[in-house]
Amino acid sequence: MATSPSDLAVIGAGPAGLAAAVTAAGLGLRVTLLDAGERPGGQYYRHPAPGLGAARPEALHHGWAAFAAREAALRAHEAAGRITYLPFHHVWTVVPEGQGATADRAAPTWTLHAVAGPDEAPTIVRARAVLLATGAYERQLPFPGWTLPGVVGAGGAQAMLKSGLVLPGRRAVVAGSGPLLLAVAGSLAAAGARVPAVVEAAAYTGYAAHAPALLRNPGKLAEGATYGSALLRHGVRLLTRHAVTEAHGTDRVEAVTVARLDRDWRPLPGTARRIPCDAVAVGHGLVPQLELATGLGCATRPSPDATVALELDARQRTSVPGIWSAGETGGIGGAQLALAEGEIAAHSIAGRPVPARLVRSRTRLRAFAAAMAGAHRPGPGWTGWLREDTDVCRCEEVPASRIREAVEDLGARDARTVKLLTRAGMGWCQGRMCGPAVAALAGTGPAPDRRPLSCPVPLRHLAGLPADAPSELPPGLPPELPPELP
Amino acid sequence: MSEATRGRRRSPRDLVGGTPTETWSLRFDDRELPAQTGQSIAAVLWSAGILAWRTTRETATPRGAFCGIGSCYDCLVTVNGRPNQRACLVPARPGDHVTTQEGTGHGDLAV
Ligand code: FES
Repeated sequence: MATSPSDLAVIGAGPAGLAAAVTAAGLGLRVTLLDAGERPGGQYYRHPAPGLGAARPEALHHGWAAFAAREAALRAHEAAGRITYLPFHHVWTVVPEGQGATADRAAPTWTLHAVAGPDEAPTIVRARAVLLATGAYERQLPFPGWTLPGVVGAGGAQAMLKSGLVLPGRRAVVAGSGPLLLAVAGSLAAAGARVPAVVEAAAYTGYAAHAPALLRNPGKLAEGATYGSALLRHGVRLLTRHAVTEAHGTDRVEAVTVARLDRDWRPLPGTARRIPCDAVAVGHGLVPQLELATGLGCATRPSPDATVALELDARQRTSVPGIWSAGETGGIGGAQLALAEGEIAAHSIAGRPVPARLVRSRTRLRAFAAAMAGAHRPGPGWTGWLREDTDVCRCEEVPASRIREAVEDLGARDARTVKLLTRAGMGWCQGRMCGPAVAALAGTGPAPDRRPLSCPVPLRHLAGLPADAPSELPPGLPPELPPELP
Repeated sequence: MSEATRGRRRSPRDLVGGTPTETWSLRFDDRELPAQTGQSIAAVLWSAGILAWRTTRETATPRGAFCGIGSCYDCLVTVNGRPNQRACLVPARPGDHVTTQEGTGHGDLAV
């Protein structure tokens, strides 16, 4: 395809990407916006398909007006030909064009390879600048019974409710750690589920150490109070410093064991009790989704919540010239921060001065995010919930015993070696679900996402790539290929 | 909440109001499930109270949707004979036949 490159390709139409795309188009750039989803909004502003005829999609959202305004701007820019919006396009790699051949050029043109639609048709987009707004996915810490049907991600339950108007069950325990739990419990209860308890592993007193950051964010406190009062109204109990340490059931979840935790997240003996339920929505905060960025060589930094985020400068630039990023990729911080960062990046890419109000709000919201991240960082004692036969890797069904054996008997000292010895993290999801747990069991810190491809790609598309790209294909077959292939 | 919901359990639909433009039935194994335009296959199955629609390769244990956003691949299902489709992402379409997926979904090709 020899179409002329866009000024900017934005990957992800969540709060950051959407805000960036419409701002950049407003500043005169020609923008291509690619998104894996069918509708703009990302995970945060997920909403029912038009066919579901929802009259009040905002009932499931906080800050819907901010989205509605940007969606309207997107449609206007699209109609005027300033934005090419490509929904249902999953970008799986980004490569500099003519790598090597045009080394004289300071800023290369980028080629984005995507698969489009359910048929996974190969698509190529070229652009002079790229903004990565790939967001985050949920962090999961395994526990006995977490693979039972009815145990679902807290964000997953929220996503399915927002887009499909469905509930995983009628009586749902919400568990894990992080402010998302309150929002999820509020939505599930408002949609008619009974929520016997929100089980939060952290102590909210952890916030007290960060009083200044909290006080400079009255909006965020009000948001918390909204969730809190919604929970009260629905009679939901909030148990802090507690965890679901086991889910019970045969074909599906029927109850959970909840125990009180010490400050390291070790269950306290004698505190376990059972709560009957037919669904568990569980999650321990979010993990920045970085594989496109790390594939490009963008520098990363550790976050206070024990995840790894991109190293970004004041203008949202990554360490790779020509590549910008905004939103959760730079550290988990929520939708408001993502909107501000997207707009900052757009100004920066357009070569304009960044409005001071955006810089101020980013500083303020980042401080709040850091306070929250520190408060909900998983304590080391959580690995005590695992039994020897608990599957840690859901895809490859690798139990904790095999991972411990790799570490203790075979001397694996990092997650990568554990992976090679046990296949944990080598399945379809490429370690998105088990990565943090495997790293903890290996006794190492979290590593940034490194996956050669950000989604499974049909072999025929890989075969069509030039020999020098992507640069990091593993030896042998990528594990995400259908397992029956030789 | 509203008058419509008094006296019975609220539902997600009560919360957002409105009515679906179209309802039809989706074939899942030998059952017909009510489906609405715009729902993913996983949403149709959850609506019918079905939480598991595949069994794992190693231990043949049941699984369904977990992450709900296309990252975990736990919701793999066979749609119109095509295995390994993520039910949480694939929109349900009239005429679709969804079948429980066992193992790799390629049992017929196993050597
Ligand atoms: S539920 Fe995780 S990919 Fe569908």
